[in-house]
Amino acid sequence: MLNPINNVSLRRRFSNGLAVGLITLAALVVTVPLFLILGTVIVRGASGLNWAFFTQIPKPVGEIGGGMANAIIGSVMLLGLASLIGVPLGVGAGVFLAEYGRNKWGNIVRFTSDVLNGVPSIVIGLTAYALVVVTQKHFSMLAGSVALGIMMIPTIARTTEEVLLLVPQTIREAALGLGIPRWRTIVSVVLKTASAGIITSIMLAFARIAGETAPLIFTALGNQYWNTNLNQPTAALPLQIYSYAQMPYEQAHSQAWTGALVLISMIMLTVILFRFIANRGAIKGAS
Amino acid sequence: MGDPSLTNSPDAEKLKVVPKVRVGPKESLFADKVFRSFVVLCALAIMAVVGLIVFELLRESRPSVIKFGFKFLTKQIWDPVAEDFGALPFIYGTLVSSIVALIIAVPLSVGTALFLTELCPLRLRGILSLLVELLSAIPSVIYGLWGIFVLSPFLRVHVEPFLAKYFGWTGLFSGPKYGWGMLAAGVILAIMILPIIASITREVVTAVPRVQREAALALGATRWEMLRMAVLRNARPGIFGAVILGLGRALGETMAVTMVIGNRPEIAKSLFAPGHTLASVIANEFSEAVGATYLSALVEMALVLFVVTLIVNALAGLLVWSVTRGMPARALA
Repeated sequence: MLNPINNVSLRRRFSNGLAVGLITLAALVVTVPLFLILGTVIVRGASGLNWAFFTQIPKPVGEIGGGMANAIIGSVMLLGLASLIGVPLGVGAGVFLAEYGRNKWGNIVRFTSDVLNGVPSIVIGLTAYALVVVTQKHFSMLAGSVALGIMMIPTIARTTEEVLLLVPQTIREAALGLGIPRWRTIVSVVLKTASAGIITSIMLAFARIAGETAPLIFTALGNQYWNTNLNQPTAALPLQIYSYAQMPYEQAHSQAWTGALVLISMIMLTVILFRFIANRGAIKGAS
Repeated sequence: MGDPSLTNSPDAEKLKVVPKVRVGPKESLFADKVFRSFVVLCALAIMAVVGLIVFELLRESRPSVIKFGFKFLTKQIWDPVAEDFGALPFIYGTLVSSIVALIIAVPLSVGTALFLTELCPLRLRGILSLLVELLSAIPSVIYGLWGIFVLSPFLRVHVEPFLAKYFGWTGLFSGPKYGWGMLAAGVILAIMILPIIASITREVVTAVPRVQREAALALGATRWEMLRMAVLRNARPGIFGAVILGLGRALGETMAVTMVIGNRPEIAKSLFAPGHTLASVIANEFSEAVGATYLSALVEMALVLFVVTLIVNALAGLLVWSVTRGMPARALA
């Protein structure tokens, strides 16, 4: 409040105070659901945390005990496989947009990528179903990863582009001036300079797909047993939480909350881990 | 080194050696082409994926499109046994739940964005924006879980009786109070779209030139008058874009909505009543659907959803761009 407010009319002073108060209140209210949700997940989820949860597969419906080990492994494999699809394609498309795409073609790709980014995840799941499940004639981990991988591409592509554009043009010119071929300039100079930003973009995409359920319902399907075969239906944490949440048993609900806690922790841990790697990379690149 | 007669020969040697070590122009041209083709292929992959989505949706929905025509969009019947399908209850549910979400989320998220950019002490800004960002990192299924076991009971016991008592005359808040239903879906969606609206609004508001604010303050405007006249007026199309972008998210959101909306294909005036959305019916019924028409009708719903979100997102992009002129806000900040 730097402006002299003493000789301002009461009405204006009142409306100013009211508006500032409401705006501050809005910001406070917005943080409430976060604490409520995280709080509930931690309180209700922690009670079910035990060794069995991480080592056993689900017990038959209604029986006490069991865990989600198969779903955790399933999620890790699904996400790993999805990254194998999404990361190279996303980074490649980002390089295209930043280095070769300052023209009409780039604009078309940019627009298409934004369209893909806005496609509801359930529609992507449906497409993966039509492409992979129908061709294979059964649900599979592969189909699930394809759906998740597709969802990663636009996020990574657009963020990578943004980061690459922040790399000063002079660095490219210096490398090219030394006689280094263009591809080598991009790979060893531009991408390396921007590596921290690219890792952040991958992390963003990863966090986005890690909790996705909708594209997995009719691709990975879910599984009550162990599965590490790419061609078989597989369990995944979000799917397991979804199915437990809809069961009428207290035990299933408690497992769902514990699953939620594990899922959120997995996402947060990955984000923090990648941040750490990205920061170290940035320091290395600078020295 | 000291001997002047020798200085010439190492130089000459260097000159001879350099071309051998360096990649020849032909090879580097070839490698350049390979690299270029690789990134072009990646870019084409994006277009191929979008093309495939459109192609598959059109192909799989054809039987239903042919059988029901445009009436599909206006019929209220949903009868898998008689294989007669209409999408109206789902379109209604999608729109109403999203509108409820916007009514709740817009004032809150625009307020948050204004607080973060204009009023917030610098020390608090980092933490607060992190908290808002974290909200978007929570998976949809966890929102759903929380919606079923925490939000719905809360609405049933505390909010719905209050609304029915004081606003029951509108007809929007009447009938049995389950807790879950259209209202619960709207509230959950509101929480989920808060971060996106807030972050885009922040970008847009940051893009308003600083001098505008200073000019308003210099003319004696109070803080709120400055915000209203200098900031909000300039950023209005962009904020509108942010809201529409939030709408796009809300329309396509699946899991959390499915878990709390009640999944009943009915059109009821009351927000307490259960409903259904385009996305939730696909999630619920697709894996159990038998019969070509049933499957095809569900895919046609996906097609409707795809087209609507496409239009909504394009509109939003245009509006945001009109304020920020394509500049990433990070560069402006």
